[in-house]
Amino acid sequence: MSSTTSARPRGQSEQTLAQLRLVVLYIALTAGALIMVVPFYWMTVTSLREPSAAFSTATIEWFPKKLYWSNYAEAIARMAADGMSFWRLYGNSLYVAAAGTFGQVVTSSMAAYAFARLRFPGRDQLFFGYLATMMIPGSVTLVPVFAVVRALGWVNSYYALIVPGIFSPWGTFMLRQFFMSLPRELEESARMDGASLTQIYLKVTLPLAKTALATLATFTFMGFWGSFMWPLIVTVTPELRTLPIGLTVFTQRYSTDYSLLMAASVMATVPVVIVFLFNQRYFIESIKLQGIKG
Amino acid sequence: MSDRRKEILTAYLFLLPNLLGFLVFTSGPVIASLYLAFTRWDLFHAPRWVGLQNFVSLLGFSRSLDDSTSILGLFRVPYTANDPFFWQYLYNTAYMMLAIPFTLLGSLMLAIALNQKIRGVVIYRTLYFLPSITAGVAVLVLWKWLYNTDIGLINTILTQLGVRNPPDWLGSSTWSKPALMLMGFVMGVGGSSMILYLAALQGVPRELYEAAQIDGASGRQQFLSITWPLIAPTTFFLGIMSIIGGFQGGFMQAYVMTAGGPAGSTTTLEFYIYNKAFTVFNMGYASAIAWVLFVIILIVSLATWKYGGRSVQYH
Repeated sequence: MSSTTSARPRGQSEQTLAQLRLVVLYIALTAGALIMVVPFYWMTVTSLREPSAAFSTATIEWFPKKLYWSNYAEAIARMAADGMSFWRLYGNSLYVAAAGTFGQVVTSSMAAYAFARLRFPGRDQLFFGYLATMMIPGSVTLVPVFAVVRALGWVNSYYALIVPGIFSPWGTFMLRQFFMSLPRELEESARMDGASLTQIYLKVTLPLAKTALATLATFTFMGFWGSFMWPLIVTVTPELRTLPIGLTVFTQRYSTDYSLLMAASVMATVPVVIVFLFNQRYFIESIKLQGIKG
Repeated sequence: MSDRRKEILTAYLFLLPNLLGFLVFTSGPVIASLYLAFTRWDLFHAPRWVGLQNFVSLLGFSRSLDDSTSILGLFRVPYTANDPFFWQYLYNTAYMMLAIPFTLLGSLMLAIALNQKIRGVVIYRTLYFLPSITAGVAVLVLWKWLYNTDIGLINTILTQLGVRNPPDWLGSSTWSKPALMLMGFVMGVGGSSMILYLAALQGVPRELYEAAQIDGASGRQQFLSITWPLIAPTTFFLGIMSIIGGFQGGFMQAYVMTAGGPAGSTTTLEFYIYNKAFTVFNMGYASAIAWVLFVIILIVSLATWKYGGRSVQYH
């Protein structure tokens, strides 16, 4: 956009400049993307190296000549020797995340419907209570929630892993905002036809909020799936460990067997990548919805 | 039963499951935590009321005979902190938050690049997004391996590039914090902040740029007078959220990668709270730290709101 005198050369040089900028942009973006991907590639390469070779790298072998797929079986076998079945860890993580997500979506959509559409005494005060606690850091409630779980006799049980995570005020807040934005006409005409409030919630409001519900579900599922400190505190025995905790126990025991560590890390990462690639839209939507908090 | 009473009853029934959980696992614990902060409690005996003792131990100073405490290495004072660890860990936490502006700037530049008309935008976006979506224990284990002093990928590359004594990354108290910050940058730059910036950029009306181009504004001028002010609310939001998250961060990295060391250089307040509560079972003290942390977050957020909010115009 520099101002040169004659018209035609200016158009040409501008075009070359724009093309040059585009080339630079592609190079920069690709270089950056490479930095993002190389760690994952290196994780995979290490996981397939001969176990002893991983320790003696003075040179970088980007394309190993021989691949040791047996590292994966070995990692699984060593976990089993410690009383942790790798599939059990997966199963636990999946069960806890699915049950927690279901609980969160059901209870917070019900509460959100009440807050958004029904009139009852104390509604605004209660909703303000929800809002007020959203600011308080998780570490404040950590000790008392553990005390509650302990008093209920839930330590080292699925209840402890699932139930406390269901009731984040955030899910209720987000869905309430979404329900408020829905047009009231459909609900009112259903009401004219004699539908009860429960029927309206099930047959009108929820179907209209599918995207918001899927987004909250994605968000909650990822939260449960990656949760670390809480499962660390409330589980004791190997059969209740979730994937992150099992992986930590494993890495602490075999801290120098890098090929095995990377094999286990690959196995823990791949499902997340697959789920993400197929549901990218909801991941991105859930982030954008976080943005409306502000 | 009248319609009105039916509505009230339905409302309470709909609210009940969530409200019950909210009382037991959120609002109740907040109040209980405030009480516990004034007690000594080891989980096995009844809590004992100790008044302000936890806070005095945590925040107080006592006079010492020699000039024993140095303030950030600048000058020395004749006072000793009752809990020097708290101040060290607060410093660590704040230090690692210095990465926030760089990460946000990186996210913005990335969002601007991906907002251009280029081929393969979806592929680039996915690749940059990947580290943040996979973030977790597995990726921390991976980075610990990358940072390995002798045979890690990073130092092997540095040696090949001719660097004589590459840093002892996670093994040195000088490099441990920068190492975690760099890792955080790579994992966070293409994550949620980039997505939110991208959404904000797409919300800027095209006509504004067209009008500016007719007026002969350069790309730089367009950015400074159109883009930057119009996406300021997003920057502001991301800034506040990063600050709130930053004060509460660092637990997983410390637990999985460094055990908080070397010499406590990567212990954050979050890791300190966990250790006080679940390693030495000093629940009252842990609660006191958590409340101090909350007050710090509140003050910093309000200050950011007051001074940062001025430059933001909502449309």
